Amino acid sequence: MNPSEPAMDLGAALRRRTHARVGLGRAGGSLPTSALLDFRLSHARARDALLRPLDTPALAVALSAAGSGSVVITVDSAAPDLATYLVRPDLGRTLAPSAIPTLEAARGRPPADLVLMVSEGLSTLAVENHAAEVLRHLVPGLLADGWRLAPTVLVRRGRVAVQDAVGAVLGVSHALILLGERPGLGTPDSLGAYLVHGPRPGNTDALRNCVSNIHAAGLRPPDAASRLRWLLNASRLRRVSGVALKDESDLLQIPPAATSPAS
Amino acid sequence: MFNRLVAAPTPLPRLLALASPERSGDRLAGIAAESREQRVRAQQELADTPLARFLDEPLVPYESDEVTRLILDSHDPAAFAPVRGLSVGQFREWLLDFATDGARIEAVSAGLTPEMVAATSKIMANQDLILVASKRRVVTRFRNTLGGPRTLGVRLQPNHPTDDPKGIVAAILDGLLLGAGDAVIGINPATDSVRSLEVLSRLLDDLIQGHGIPTQGCVLGHVTTQIRAIEAGVPIDLVFQSIAGTEAANASFGVSLSVLREAHQAALSQNRGTVGRNVMYFETGQGSCLSANAHHDIDQQTLEARAYAVARAFDPFLVNTVVGFIGPEYLADGKQILRAGLEDHFCGKLLGLPMGCDVCYTNHAEADQDDMDTLLTLLAVAGVNYVMGVPGADDVMLSYQSTSFHDAWYVRQALGLRPAPEFDAWLARVGLLDDAGRLRSPSNRLPFTRHALLEDAR
Repeated sequence: MNPSEPAMDLGAALRRRTHARVGLGRAGGSLPTSALLDFRLSHARARDALLRPLDTPALAVALSAAGSGSVVITVDSAAPDLATYLVRPDLGRTLAPSAIPTLEAARGRPPADLVLMVSEGLSTLAVENHAAEVLRHLVPGLLADGWRLAPTVLVRRGRVAVQDAVGAVLGVSHALILLGERPGLGTPDSLGAYLVHGPRPGNTDALRNCVSNIHAAGLRPPDAASRLRWLLNASRLRRVSGVALKDESDLLQIPPAATSPAS
Repeated sequence: MFNRLVAAPTPLPRLLALASPERSGDRLAGIAAESREQRVRAQQELADTPLARFLDEPLVPYESDEVTRLILDSHDPAAFAPVRGLSVGQFREWLLDFATDGARIEAVSAGLTPEMVAATSKIMANQDLILVASKRRVVTRFRNTLGGPRTLGVRLQPNHPTDDPKGIVAAILDGLLLGAGDAVIGINPATDSVRSLEVLSRLLDDLIQGHGIPTQGCVLGHVTTQIRAIEAGVPIDLVFQSIAGTEAANASFGVSLSVLREAHQAALSQNRGTVGRNVMYFETGQGSCLSANAHHDIDQQTLEARAYAVARAFDPFLVNTVVGFIGPEYLADGKQILRAGLEDHFCGKLLGLPMGCDVCYTNHAEADQDDMDTLLTLLAVAGVNYVMGVPGADDVMLSYQSTSFHDAWYVRQALGLRPAPEFDAWLARVGLLDDAGRLRSPSNRLPFTRHALLEDAR
């Protein structure tokens, strides 16, 4: 409790200027109880978003419906569990041995142009909340633009670069992966999208284009879908991706994170 | 004859890696001990290793790495003389001896290499790391004096996701009202450009000079951007750069020793300090070499200590290890973050650096704010020069959790620590502290709460 707040509410004036946790007040020199528990709640939500088990069959059904009825294949990365996944990003970039024959069987004759991929990454909540919606807005446009799509691939415990492993087995020219971003304190369900031309193991991140911060208060899924469609078409036309593509478009000026403390 | 000394000694890089306390980054690199027993056996072998061996066997070749050359070329044999004959284990005991005080440790600093202090830290208990570091105060000066006895500074970190000056000023005022900002008011810019640096540096300069605050500002852009800004006449107090422990890792940051020398000269040329000429601010963190694939199969804690050799060549005002920022693939949980924070602080202090620590974590690490409270408290007991002050511990630009203004005041209060003396006196003079030196409720009589960037918010 702070019994001697001045007449001017300085804390409120500060809070109007930034989403940072300013003007919290004090108990002695320490946090008031409400501010302490607000922070703890935000952290709990971020942790839950990460630790939440993925309902793979339900997500596969939702992705299939969103992808105009496309087939959805579910495979595992080489990370056997969440604890290992978090400390071994290299395993998340690699496919489990069992995934290879599954994907080889799905390779088109001739191969398709593009594989759409989804992984829960670091936020199951992000994928549950936004992945199907991005695909619902993206797939019809891609089909209209003449893209031949491989089956959608759902990778459990994947990292961004697993798109290279999957894309290489399927023989496609492009891979796009949607995955949960590291949960922020104000935004536990932010989705990221990464695309690459010529997916193959060994690609560096400089070869990828990123559309990040996809969530209700950030880049909205329909807007993310139109950016991704533009990027994919530009990448197909110029046969590049990553830095070389980024330099030629200001469409990639992503709005800043609209993070705000939970209240 | 059976003689255990007949066995060839383990090569130093492998011995140091095997002896390292458990951490995920060394596992990721594939160099960690396979078992707990193997780790402790390695620590025993390390304890018997002569300190002088580290001078004879560079971990990264002298010919191919300028950090190695810096370490060996600047080694001072005279300073090393008092401990030259000791093994790593004996050196630990020498440090703990009642007769070894801060002045004795300071006297041997220039004779110690990062590899020697890293090796010593690996065999030490947490309490050893705290006790020895607490003996060694490192005092630096710019517009105030940091590192003195019973002093704990706070970097005020008022970041904003779009560098909005109004948002940044709001966070600065919030921190000043809570007694933070004596170490530096340091902004991580969202945009690294000369223009952005100029806007933010002038904002800091107006605030600091306009209100006579005895502190210093810094905008943590890339060092080359700061050099260009200085050339363009932008007022810059401290010059910042992230650094690492190998030439290749520094190259991945876009810096080299010669770039840092140029930056140091540019900062000195500003001549903006009033009580001293420590003008550089460096940040480091375990795992940066591995993430740049520039680790030469050396463990991440030893590489971190090598970064301190880079820092000490430039007589910095501040150095801090950003201990849990990089993620759980390097430091998995609260226990690993805590250990790393104590090791880094110990190694930095032994090498003579004004060590601070960004006590922090990300949401995919197995850690929470209680773990940060613990490390913050232990570092303050160990005599850390400064910690971070972020509004509500939540950095809305960098998306990680650090320590808050409130956290810093807590630990000052609990341990009887004060801000830098010049800043402490200013806080009292402007009415932010009561007669007992405690925080007073903010008052609209304070001139800086009438800052122009807040006026329209009334």
